[in-house]
Amino acid sequence: MGSFRRDKDDDDEGSTSLYQNLEKTSVLQETRTFNETPVNARKCIQILTKILYLINQGEQLVSREATECFFAMTKLFQSKDIVLRRMVYLGIKELSSIAEDVIIVTSSLTKDMTGKEDLYRAAAIRALCSITDNTMLQAVERYMKQCIVDKNGAVSCAALVSSYKLAGQAGDVVKRWANEAQEALNNDNVMVQYHALGLLYYIRKNDRLAVSKLVNKLSRNSLKSPYALCMLIRISCKLIEEENLSGEELSDFPMFQFVESCLRHKSEMVIYEAAHAIVNFKNTPSRVLSPAFSILQLFCSSPKATLRFAAVRTLNKVAMTHPAAVTTCNLDLEGLITDSNRSVATLAITTLLKTGAESSVERLMKQISSFVAEISDEFKVVVVQAICSLCTKYPRKHTVLMSFLSGMLREEGGLEYKTSIVDTIITIIEENTESKESGLSHLCEFIEDCEHTSLAVRILHLLGKEGPYSNNPSKYIRFIYNRVILENPIVRSAAVSALGQFGASCPTLLGNILVLLNRCQMDPDDEVRDRATYYLHILQTNKMELYKRYIIDRNTSSLILLEKALSDYLNGNFNDKFDLAIVPKAAVVKVETKDEAMIVSNNAVRPTKITREEVSAAKVMQIPGIKELGPLHKTCPTTQLTESETEYTVQCVKHIFESHVVFQFDCLNTLPDVILENVRVEITPPEEFEIKGIIPCQKLPYNELGSCFVILKFPEDVLHSAATFGATLRFTVIDCDPTTGEPDSDVGYSDEYMLEDFEISVADLILKTKKSNFNAIFDEANTEEWVEAEDTFALSTVSTIQEAVNSILKFLGLGPSQNTETVAEGTHTHTLLCSGTFKNGADILLKAKLALADGVTMHLTVKTTEPDVADLVISAIG
Amino acid sequence: MGGLFSYFRGLLGSREMRILILGLDGAGKTTILYRLQVGEVVTTIPTIGFNVEQVAYKNLKFQVWDLGGQTSIRPYWRCYYSNTDAIIYVVDSADRDRIGISKDELFYMLREDELAGAILVVLANKQDMEGCMSVAEVHQALGLENLKNRTFQIFKTSATKGEGLDQAMDWLSNALQARK
Repeated sequence: MGSFRRDKDDDDEGSTSLYQNLEKTSVLQETRTFNETPVNARKCIQILTKILYLINQGEQLVSREATECFFAMTKLFQSKDIVLRRMVYLGIKELSSIAEDVIIVTSSLTKDMTGKEDLYRAAAIRALCSITDNTMLQAVERYMKQCIVDKNGAVSCAALVSSYKLAGQAGDVVKRWANEAQEALNNDNVMVQYHALGLLYYIRKNDRLAVSKLVNKLSRNSLKSPYALCMLIRISCKLIEEENLSGEELSDFPMFQFVESCLRHKSEMVIYEAAHAIVNFKNTPSRVLSPAFSILQLFCSSPKATLRFAAVRTLNKVAMTHPAAVTTCNLDLEGLITDSNRSVATLAITTLLKTGAESSVERLMKQISSFVAEISDEFKVVVVQAICSLCTKYPRKHTVLMSFLSGMLREEGGLEYKTSIVDTIITIIEENTESKESGLSHLCEFIEDCEHTSLAVRILHLLGKEGPYSNNPSKYIRFIYNRVILENPIVRSAAVSALGQFGASCPTLLGNILVLLNRCQMDPDDEVRDRATYYLHILQTNKMELYKRYIIDRNTSSLILLEKALSDYLNGNFNDKFDLAIVPKAAVVKVETKDEAMIVSNNAVRPTKITREEVSAAKVMQIPGIKELGPLHKTCPTTQLTESETEYTVQCVKHIFESHVVFQFDCLNTLPDVILENVRVEITPPEEFEIKGIIPCQKLPYNELGSCFVILKFPEDVLHSAATFGATLRFTVIDCDPTTGEPDSDVGYSDEYMLEDFEISVADLILKTKKSNFNAIFDEANTEEWVEAEDTFALSTVSTIQEAVNSILKFLGLGPSQNTETVAEGTHTHTLLCSGTFKNGADILLKAKLALADGVTMHLTVKTTEPDVADLVISAIG
Repeated sequence: MGGLFSYFRGLLGSREMRILILGLDGAGKTTILYRLQVGEVVTTIPTIGFNVEQVAYKNLKFQVWDLGGQTSIRPYWRCYYSNTDAIIYVVDSADRDRIGISKDELFYMLREDELAGAILVVLANKQDMEGCMSVAEVHQALGLENLKNRTFQIFKTSATKGEGLDQAMDWLSNALQARK
C-alpha cells in the first residue's frame, strides 16, 4: 500500500490528475514496460491503474489489445511486490472476459491462493474464478473446497462468493461443495456465515424440502451473524408465503415463530428485518402485528437516519394493506415531515397521504409541493404512487390531485417518473368516470410537448379507445392530428390508429376523419401510409361489422410467432396462401415479476418473451392435418400427469379448436438403459367425445423430450364440453447400452404406465379478453343476438371477497376489466367485470356483484351470443 | 532508475538471470523448479500456465520460469522468450514414444530470434526409471549434434532423487558468467 500512497501524493503536487485525458493507444504502448526485467513495481502499478481507469470509464478494448495487455501483465508475476500483485489480480479480473487464453495464469493463481501470503489468497481466488470455465473448474475444485473451509475469514468469504458466482454457469460442480459450505456455516466470522448460507441456499433452492430442513435446523441453533440471520428470515418468508396459510395456522407455523422470535434479537438489523417480514405477510394475526409495528414506530424516532429511513419506507409500503396499524404511527410520521433527510421526509408525507383523513390531503399536498423540486426522480415516483392510492380512496379529491399531477407532468423529469404519472392519470380515468374528461385533456396537453415516444404512443392509444365515448369527441381530433404533423414516424402511426378508432366509433365525425386519413396517405413514412390506407379502406365500406372486427376489437397475433411464420413462408414455395389462422393469438397475460434470487436484485427490463403456450401452439400447428381443424382458439397451460421424479414424465398441453381438442403429451424418458418406441397415450374419454386420431412418438431415447398427440372432437352439446379423461402411456421398451445408447436387440416388449386423470375445464375453453370500456359494451349488449342469464349463489368455500373474485376468474378463465380483480381492503361489496371469448367465437361478458355477509353471496349476470354458453358458464360456478 | 539499478548491482554482484524451463508435459519441469528453489520434492499437478520463482544458486540469483508443457499451452511459450539468458530443456528419458515430438518442439523453439543468444541445458530426466534411455541415446534422439553456434550441454538427472542437478547448475552458472 505504501508505494500506492506515494503515487497519490505525487499527483497532487503535479497536474490535477494523472488520469485525465488518457488515451487508450498510448496507455497500451506503456504496457511494454511490463516486459522489462527487473520489474519496476512503482511504474507498473501506475500503468495498471491507468488501464483499470480506462476500462471503468467505458473504454472498449478489442480482443487482440486485451490479449496482448493480458500476456504482458502475466510477466509481472515475477515481482514480489504485494501491491503490484494485487493490482495484477484486478487487471486479470477486468480483462478476463475480453482477452483470449486467460487460462495461462491458472497455475500461478492456484499457487497464490494456496500459498502462505494471506494478502494474496482472497484476491487470487476471485481472480481465478473469473478466468475459470466449466472444464477448468474440475482442476481447481480441490483447492476451492479447501478455501471454503479456510480458517481465514477473508479467504473463506472470497471462495464462497466466487462459488456463488460460478454456480450460475457450473451449477453441477458447485453443488458438490455443499458439505464445505455447511462447514463454513459454523465459522465464527459473521461474513463467512452469511455467504455460506447464501451459497447453501443457492445450491438447494430448487429442493423445497432441503431448504425447509436447512431453515428449521438453523433457526434452532441461533446463528451468530446478523447478516446470516436476516437472510434466514428472508428465506423463511419465501417458504411461509408458498405455504399459503391462514392467520391461525400461521402463528403455529414453526418458521413463523422463528421470525417472530427475531423481533427480540439484540441486533437492530435483525429486528428490523423481522418486523419488515411480519408486516408484509398476507395473513399475519393482529396479535403479532402490533409488536412489529411498535418496533417500526420506535425506529421512526431513532437518531440513526438509516433506521428512520428503513422504518418509514416499510410503513409507506404497507400503508394500504394495514392502514389502521400505520395510522397509529401518524404522530411519529408527522414529526418526520420536516426531517433534514429529504428521502425520509418524502416517505413520511406520502405515507400520511395514504393513511390520512380526507381533510388533511390539501395540507400535505402543499407541504410536499414546497420541496418536490428538490427530491430525486425515484422519490417523486413514490409521491406519485401515494397520489394514485389517494385517488382510489377519495374519489372526490380528484380535481386537486389531477391538477397537481398535471403540474408535475409539466416539470422536468425522466421517463420512469413521467411514466408513473401517466399511469396514475390513466388509473384515475379508469376508476373514476367523472375525471375522465379532465384527465384526457391533461394528457392531450402533455403530448403536445412530450419527448418520450413510448409515452406519446400510449396516450394516443388511450385517446383512441376512450376519446370517442366522451362528451365531445371532436376536441381530441385536433390534438391527435397535430401529432401527425409534428412528430416522428412512430408517434405519427399511433396517431393515425387513434384517428381510425374515432372514425369507427363516432359516425358523426367519420367524414372529417376520412379527410384527415386521406391526407395521411401522403406521409413519407411507410408505416404511417399503410395504416392510413388500412383504416381508410375499412371506414369507407361503412359496415359496422367490419369496423368492429378490424378496428375496435382487433385480435392481435403473437408477434414473435407471426414473424417466424412469415419467414418460414418466405422460405417455402408460394403455392398456398399464407394463413394467419396458424399463428396463435397473443395471450392477454400480465407478466408477473418475481424476485428470483432474493440476494441479487435485478431491475433490468427483460425483453418480451414468448410464452410456453405460444411455443407449443406453434408446434402443434405444424402437424399435418391439424390445419383442417380451423384456427387455434387457445392453448392451455401445461399440466403434469406424473410425479416429477418418475421413470417417465408426461405433461399435457391442451390445444382448443372450435370443435376439436388436441392433446399434446410431452414425454421424457429418464431411464438411461432403455429406448422407448411407438410411444402413445391412450385416453378414455366420456362417450360424447369422439377420438379422431392418434399420432404416436416413433422413438424416445434417454433424456430427450418427445411429443405424441391425440385429436378429439367435442360433443355437439356445448354443455358436455367440460370433461375428465383417464390416460395410460403405452410404449415398446427396447433395452440399450446406457453409455452409447445403442440398442441391445431389435425386439422389445410392450409396456404401459398409468397416468393421472386430467380434465378440460370451462376455463380451458375460454380465451381471456380485456375490454377497456366494459360498462359501455355491457350496456350495448341488449340486441337480439345477445342472451342473458342470471343467477344468485352463496359461496360457502370462500371467506373473503378477494378469494371469491380469484376463484371466479380461475374457474371461468375470464379476463378482468377496469382493475376490478383487486378488491379494496375492508369493503363488503364489490363488482367484478370480466370478459372472454368462447371456443366457437361467442363473446362472454360477465358482471358479478359480490356481497360479504356471513359468507360471500354473489349475483351473476352473463351476457353472451349463445344460450348454451351462458348455461355452461353458470353451471361452472354452481 | 539508473541509481536504483546500480544499487542492486552493488548488492547482488550482478543482475538476475532469466531462465526458462521447457519440455513436454510430464517431463518433470515443475519438480525441478521446486527442487532448485526449496531443495525438496513437492507434489505437483499438471501446470496450466506457468510458475515463476526466484532461485539462488551459489552467489547467483535466477528468475526461473517453468512453463506448462501440455500441447494446448506450448503455443504460449513464445510469449515468454524475450530477454531469456538460458533455457533448461527437460526430457523424460523413459518416454521413448514422444522423444520425437520433444525433438521437434526443441528445434522449433531454437529457431526463434529472441532465443538466439540463450544458453541451452538439456536434462535427460527420470534416469532412475527402469529401461530409460541413456544420455547418449537422448543426445542422439534429440539430434543435438546438429546444433551450431549454441553453447549447450546435456546432463543426466533424476529430479526426484536430486541427482545431476548440481552438476547442471554448476555448468550453467559458469557458462553464464563466462559469457559476460
